[in-house]
Amino acid sequence: MNDDGRRLAASRSDRPAAETAAIIPKTELVPPTMRLSMPTLATLATALMLMLGVLKPAYGADIRSTVNALGQGDYVALQTAIGTLAATGDPAAATTLQALSDGDLYIRTADGAVFKAVKSGDGYALTDTVTGADAGMAASSEITKVKVNNKLRGVIRAAMGSLTLMSPDPKQRFAAATDIFKSGDAEKIPLLDQAIAKETDPAITRLLTDARAAAVLKSDLPEADKIAAVNVLAARGDQDALAILTNASGAAQGALKPAIDGAISTIEGTLKLWQGVQNIWYGVSLGSVLLLAAIGLAITFGVMGIINMAHGEMVMLGAYTTFVVQEIIRNNYPGLFDWSLAIALPLAFLVSGAVGVLIERSVIRFLYGRPLETLLATWGISLILQQAVRTYFGPNNREVGNPSWMSGSFDLGNLAITYNRMWIVVFSLGVFAVLMLVLKRTPFGLQTRAVTQNRPMASSMGIRTPLVDALTFGLGSGIAGIAGVALSQIDNVSPNLGQSYIIDSFMVVVFGGVGNLWGTLVGAFTLGIANKFLEPYAGAVLAKIVVLVCIILFIQKRPRGLFALKGRSVES
Amino acid sequence: MLNKVSRTVGALATAAMLGAGVSSAFAADDTIKVGVLHSLSGTMAISETTLKDTVLFLIDEQNKKGGVLGKKLEAVVVDPASNWPLFAEKARELISQDKVSVVFGCWTSVSRKSVLPVFKELDSILFYPVQYEGEESERNVFYTGAAPNQQAIPAVDYLMSDEGGAVKRWVLEGTDYVYPRTTNKILEAYLLSKGVAAEDIMVNYTPFGFSDWQTEVSAIKKFGSAGKKTAVVSTVNGDANVPFYKELGNQGIKAEDIPVVAFSVGEEELAGIDTKPLVGHLAAWNYFQSIDTPENEEFIKKWRAFIKNDKRTTNDPMEATVIGFNAWVKAVEKAGTTAPDAVIDALIGVSVPNLTGGFSTIMPNHHITKPVYIGEIQDDGQLDVVWKTPGLVVGDEWSDYLPDSKDLISDWRAPMSCGNFNVKTGKCGGS
Repeated sequence: MNDDGRRLAASRSDRPAAETAAIIPKTELVPPTMRLSMPTLATLATALMLMLGVLKPAYGADIRSTVNALGQGDYVALQTAIGTLAATGDPAAATTLQALSDGDLYIRTADGAVFKAVKSGDGYALTDTVTGADAGMAASSEITKVKVNNKLRGVIRAAMGSLTLMSPDPKQRFAAATDIFKSGDAEKIPLLDQAIAKETDPAITRLLTDARAAAVLKSDLPEADKIAAVNVLAARGDQDALAILTNASGAAQGALKPAIDGAISTIEGTLKLWQGVQNIWYGVSLGSVLLLAAIGLAITFGVMGIINMAHGEMVMLGAYTTFVVQEIIRNNYPGLFDWSLAIALPLAFLVSGAVGVLIERSVIRFLYGRPLETLLATWGISLILQQAVRTYFGPNNREVGNPSWMSGSFDLGNLAITYNRMWIVVFSLGVFAVLMLVLKRTPFGLQTRAVTQNRPMASSMGIRTPLVDALTFGLGSGIAGIAGVALSQIDNVSPNLGQSYIIDSFMVVVFGGVGNLWGTLVGAFTLGIANKFLEPYAGAVLAKIVVLVCIILFIQKRPRGLFALKGRSVES
Repeated sequence: MLNKVSRTVGALATAAMLGAGVSSAFAADDTIKVGVLHSLSGTMAISETTLKDTVLFLIDEQNKKGGVLGKKLEAVVVDPASNWPLFAEKARELISQDKVSVVFGCWTSVSRKSVLPVFKELDSILFYPVQYEGEESERNVFYTGAAPNQQAIPAVDYLMSDEGGAVKRWVLEGTDYVYPRTTNKILEAYLLSKGVAAEDIMVNYTPFGFSDWQTEVSAIKKFGSAGKKTAVVSTVNGDANVPFYKELGNQGIKAEDIPVVAFSVGEEELAGIDTKPLVGHLAAWNYFQSIDTPENEEFIKKWRAFIKNDKRTTNDPMEATVIGFNAWVKAVEKAGTTAPDAVIDALIGVSVPNLTGGFSTIMPNHHITKPVYIGEIQDDGQLDVVWKTPGLVVGDEWSDYLPDSKDLISDWRAPMSCGNFNVKTGKCGGS
């Protein structure tokens, strides 16, 4: 292992690291574009550096050797090499550093040359990051990866920020401005000034102005400039601005101190409001997950009155269907990956629905009117299904990927909303609406309601009650399967998936009122929001306990839940 | 009629029992039985099934070499079904009925605690292969997983170092049960002793199987934006990890901003996640599949051939099982018998090669010496070593950082033969 060597080097070589720190900012004062237009200044800068005796060959000379230097030595040497490469300001530096931070940079063992390598087939396809040319193929034994750690990732990010700030691609400029906002210091101010003057995109200009303000606070500019910077950050008013101001507040003196403290308390005030909004959103999101898990049960338990302990396993089957669909797509039609969930939805409905019908026909129909036995029988079925899946797919978690439109997050004010949660909220409401429509507006829904409200009467009106029973149970199970597709996006796909939702599902249905879908909807969101408001204060464990105790007390007061069904059917 | 049927059944049952008795008596002469006590169903099956296969693999390998003391090894596999009381019952069954010479088993601390009285009463040997919270040393148990000082404390040291990012602010995030609570208690005491201010430590617990991490992750984000370098030390267990990491990825917490170092996440757990957003987050273990040594390469090759799956991962508890098994074989050969008392004495001081190119020795406190590695999550779900301890670390059963246990030591050699000797009072038997 060469790690020992690295550690040794780390303790001994404070000198080169300090030197690098000295070079980077100096060169970055002179950005690449300027260098082209003002050769004299560039020469002057080079001369200055040469005089300082820090930067030996790199600049203007062979960029290839600078890139190759990335592959030599330990983390400390790598940090120096990154500094040297970034200091050249060459466009190749940005592509090389990008590859390095993506973990795609490899050393060819034969000659020590450093290339970007991407896996293709059995080997790796090499690309020369300096010329952009194809450099042939290499087997995995012929190349070794240039390893980075988190500290170096930070260094790369800071270097990339300055290198790509003038990029023609607005996305790159935006990313660069974000990097500088987070890591910038006083030396970046002239560079930022230039960038602001040239920038046309208002969003990037705003970010650059914020980044400049952050840099000004770290500089030794006059107090008036700093107070102006504080105002800029106060207007930004988010968590990042707060962090920068809190940092600056320690060293602040004179009129600056009250300005910063004032800004901090303003931001904290706004953030507190946003905290409330955030709790509501998180609650809605948790509520939508509860709704999805419970809505199938609202039919089998709520409408039909079957205590179905295997409900969670229907959810699990839906999730595994998603896994199988994704697996087939991954192996055969990788282009369709973003559509995998859409394809999985009907299949999950069919698979879980079919299993549901099978369970109803083979077990549950013999146990109508005997809740205790139904409970035990379905519990047994749930164990059988779990172990069957465990035997077939193995006990480990299965990887279900998020399609690109469900990854990442966007900011709404100070609220970061993740796409997967947002789509799940939308989806659960959609499922609810469709289910309502089916039950209220279709002949099948009418028959279901007729059978559950008065079986003998429905039967004598010519409704085939056994068929309706089977189909209703299948519908409830199928909906659970659909829920499984959605839950596979945020939870483990393992044989235990269903178990973790069964208690919550029953809680929601009982709380909302048995037999009432609206009750399930309101119940799910109430529990979700209550939970999320308690969590920051009480912690996740205690919040759950408090919610449970409240439900128990509530059920004492209103045994039929929030929205109790009224009428004769309830009495019987 | 009914009478006749029941009599026939009775006769058959008796015959079957006699048959079984004969065959086991016959077997006892010919083979040495090895008990495997890992859950094959229920929530823990996800982790424990692999260890069952590992023991079967090791037995197979040993038998190819001719067994132990000239006898073949025979595995007796039982399924305690992730049910803690059932662990005790199954342990009793293994020792008294099946007459196994040694048991490899348990994963959770509560299952280990549940079988302890059985192993003491029936005087047998248990090899426990999982990292745990320490604060225990029993005569009948050998702990081949990491104690807190072989995993948690080196990980924190790394993060505090300049190379690890010079972390100043700490989030201790755990699942609410004994291992995270004890480990976090030790870590908190350790951090305070290193001069970290109390307001720079945030401790939070979530229930088992927790899946809605939005509030927790945003709290971590907020805690981390106070201007000091922040890291998360995660003792989040099992299934809760996948949603936790997914939420981290989705909320855009990058490893270079707030690194998460985990003690319960290995190659197996990562197999269920898309690790691209997680590159750079850390895990501390004593073994990684990616460690490049000839021993490891050979082990992985043979293991994949045995399990007939050329993509199967290996992990730290597997290595701990390998070390425990080989140490037991060596001790049996040294003692010349499988009698538990002789083997327990022979085990202390036994040194066997581990898979990372060194040796692990069983110490008098029934813990072993291990190297500690910090690995970074890679985009292919593997962990790549970024740091390791300069030498081997001896497992410290009684933490030096907890007031209740800092005066205790354990030494199972005669004449002390004590698992909790108090150096202050000079007495065996507790704090």
